[in-house]
Amino acid sequence: MSTPHHDASHHEEEENYLTHETTIQSWLLTKDHKRIALLYLLSITVFFTIGGFFASLIRIELLTPAGDFLTSELYNQAFTSHGVMMIFFFLIPAVPAVLGNFVLPLMVGAKDLAFPRINLASWYIFMAGASCAVLAVLSGGLDTGWTMYPPYSSTYSQSRVTLAVLGVFIAGFASILTGVNFIATVHRMRAPGLTWFRLPLFVWANYATSLVMVLGTPVIAITMVLLGLEHVFGFGFFDPAKGGDPVLFQHLFWFYSHPAVYIMILPAMGVISEIISTFSRQKLFGYSFVAMSSLAIAILGFLVWGHHMFTTSQSPYTGILFSALTFLVAIPSAIKAFNWTATLYKGSVVWETPMLFAFGFMGLFLIGGLTGLFLATMGMDIHLQDTYFVVAHFHYVMVGGGVMGYMGGIHFWWPKITGKMYSQFWSKLSALFIFAGFNFTFFPQFILGYMGMPRRYHSYPDEWQVLNVMSTMGASILAIGYILPGIYLAHSIFFGKKAPRNPWGATGLEWQTSSPPPPHNFHETPIVTTEAYDYQSLPLSETPEKEGGHV
Amino acid sequence: MGKSFPPLFPPQASTVAVEVDSLYALLVAITAFFTILVVGVYIYLGFKYARKSEAERPIQVHPPAWLEIAWSVVPLLICVVLFVWGVTLYFKIYTPPKDAITIHVVGKRWMWKIQHMSGAREINELHVPLGVPVRLLITSEDVIHAFSVPAFRIKRDAIPGTMTTTWFNATKTGEFHLFCAEYCGTNHSGMIGKVVVMEKDAYQRWLSGPNAGQPPAVEGARLFEELNCVSCHRNGPTQRGPALGGLYGKTVELKGGGTAVADDSYIRESIVNPTAKIVNGFEPLMPVYLGQLSEEQVNALLAYVRDTLGKEAASKTVAPPATVTDAPGSSTQGTVAKSDSASKGR
Repeated sequence: MSTPHHDASHHEEEENYLTHETTIQSWLLTKDHKRIALLYLLSITVFFTIGGFFASLIRIELLTPAGDFLTSELYNQAFTSHGVMMIFFFLIPAVPAVLGNFVLPLMVGAKDLAFPRINLASWYIFMAGASCAVLAVLSGGLDTGWTMYPPYSSTYSQSRVTLAVLGVFIAGFASILTGVNFIATVHRMRAPGLTWFRLPLFVWANYATSLVMVLGTPVIAITMVLLGLEHVFGFGFFDPAKGGDPVLFQHLFWFYSHPAVYIMILPAMGVISEIISTFSRQKLFGYSFVAMSSLAIAILGFLVWGHHMFTTSQSPYTGILFSALTFLVAIPSAIKAFNWTATLYKGSVVWETPMLFAFGFMGLFLIGGLTGLFLATMGMDIHLQDTYFVVAHFHYVMVGGGVMGYMGGIHFWWPKITGKMYSQFWSKLSALFIFAGFNFTFFPQFILGYMGMPRRYHSYPDEWQVLNVMSTMGASILAIGYILPGIYLAHSIFFGKKAPRNPWGATGLEWQTSSPPPPHNFHETPIVTTEAYDYQSLPLSETPEKEGGHV
Repeated sequence: MGKSFPPLFPPQASTVAVEVDSLYALLVAITAFFTILVVGVYIYLGFKYARKSEAERPIQVHPPAWLEIAWSVVPLLICVVLFVWGVTLYFKIYTPPKDAITIHVVGKRWMWKIQHMSGAREINELHVPLGVPVRLLITSEDVIHAFSVPAFRIKRDAIPGTMTTTWFNATKTGEFHLFCAEYCGTNHSGMIGKVVVMEKDAYQRWLSGPNAGQPPAVEGARLFEELNCVSCHRNGPTQRGPALGGLYGKTVELKGGGTAVADDSYIRESIVNPTAKIVNGFEPLMPVYLGQLSEEQVNALLAYVRDTLGKEAASKTVAPPATVTDAPGSSTQGTVAKSDSASKGR
């Protein structure tokens, strides 16, 4: 891509989006997508910390077979709070609302998203929803599991169901608004010459994700309303004693919550595409296949929800259809994995920190995706359903995939976001800790699951202690891996080396403007004349500084 | 625990366990193969093409179409194999053989209530004979539970308002874990127990031991009289509903078209929510017993209809009583009325 290049020294003196206004009001009322991304970043980091705190309670409890650290009530609240916080208030907004918000307008060469006010509104709505959920957790807790299956949640649970349901309902609107904003931006705000098939794959991935957010979220909103009505007023939608059907809830819930997995993983896949291409200086292998596979996953993702229900009263013939469609999702996922790997072929590869996270993503997502085949296989799923195998599988996908992609993206765009370089040593150590700790935590859970250990168990038979102790030890390493970035990234803001405009030698338009970018992103609208990932026309001056940012 | 590395497989104690483990082994092999392949190639390429100079601008590689097709089709073929095996195995695990004995299971926070057809009852334990197919009819009194026996590789949700089925044929004597696998509230992890597999004669002795009780079919017969089911479901001047002799397992024609097999779920539904499926030729006159009967009472009626009535008139076909009675339903002129006189005994 080519664009008017400005002299780097000229930019250094300029105001950027962080410094041009500094009052608290200028942050809370900002319409700048970059600042809103940072508001999201701060908030979801808090929610991730809360979710992580509950995860550590779970792992401490499971060190011993007896339920001796927490009471059953507290344990049930702990895993519910962990799930609700991590899924609705960290994983779903993580890549789109933070990285997508920051980078997507820059990538398409726009001054902002299509609807800057709606973007700000989405953050306030998100915070309102999150406040309800946090209040629910603090004011007596929620003990329904994040899946909130009735009739337990609707009729029997004495916990804060109404407040939690309200929180998820409200937060959904933030998701819808972000999705609408991204779709409009990609359609209407692309720079001159930036045709659809010149878009970076991160934009494709976020576009596909936005479709899922806009089409799927209303269904969870309706479902939450039905559940709330049933819990508060005793409506009988899901209550067999009143002629309702508890399995109906599962259909509605998974109609959103399965695609929600793709809200978490698709944009992370987009991050991985950017990172692998940049750090191997190759155009992404099979660009159009990878772009279309995002759309295929988004569409197929809506048609597989019944695979969560093979052991319910769902018709076995319906089950066959859901099983077949679930297997079909494996194909676009495989296409992505193979193309990412092939991108390294005849490339120019460096193993910088983001590339280490991308490699971690590859390893963990492969295992996560392939173990999904076990669960799509109907006869196998009977034994594995509701065991730790499922727990391990979705952590490999959502944490191994989603969070690794998010971490990779944070490390990739950090120099752009803050204008500072972070420590290469500590960040590589963090990537290593997260990868090792993650496997140590969750691999034993596959075995526990096949042995038959049900999920959400507060106590368990003695013979499973060894694997549970391994899992808890791994979780400790994982925790260190997650705490480290909090320290060295914060450190880099104050003491980090100044980041150049394009520290990695990447081709995206976001690297053509200064680090951090000026308030309106570009001084002149960039004009795109080549396809994405055109490293041939990358000027020789665009090379990373070898010692970049070691502090 | 702790003596050696933990085992990787639960005990193989049912006829399907070996096949489930074989499928699992295949899936593990596929997962290991592709993970090692992709990660291995990734590392190899990552070092082979390591950047030697910052000025490197590698030539762009354009992927050949055959490669993209190949790595789409190969996973697809593997998926087809897994899909077919998975579906076949699923039907095997969930389709009880005709000669299976029946045991009723009711989940309740936080216990499993088991009733054998001989009348023996137990809680959180399930005694079964070795080498005999056992069919479980599962439901719940309150929230959703799941009946899980890892050693048998079976699991089935216990759903309030619905009856689900699974079965097994135990191949090893001994005691095996029984879990509730679907989260059901405070004491979910305490809703556990054991399955005890015994030799056949030991099982027979156990049935008549301290746990023995009144067979559910006998209790069902009493309820059939007490609730006055008998007045409408008997051929004769007061008949307003289908005669139930020999009904079990037959196909019935439904009002408004379609048919239904009179299996356990159908009979259960016809007791608690009789208007859901109306047999052709009858009117929806029966009171709804939803919430009026405990799950045990419904199971008792079911056992009576299935085991007693079902056997008594096993040769009769179920047909609209087109010519028999003055019941409101009789206005429909049925064509299959030949067997009515023979079922008068009902």
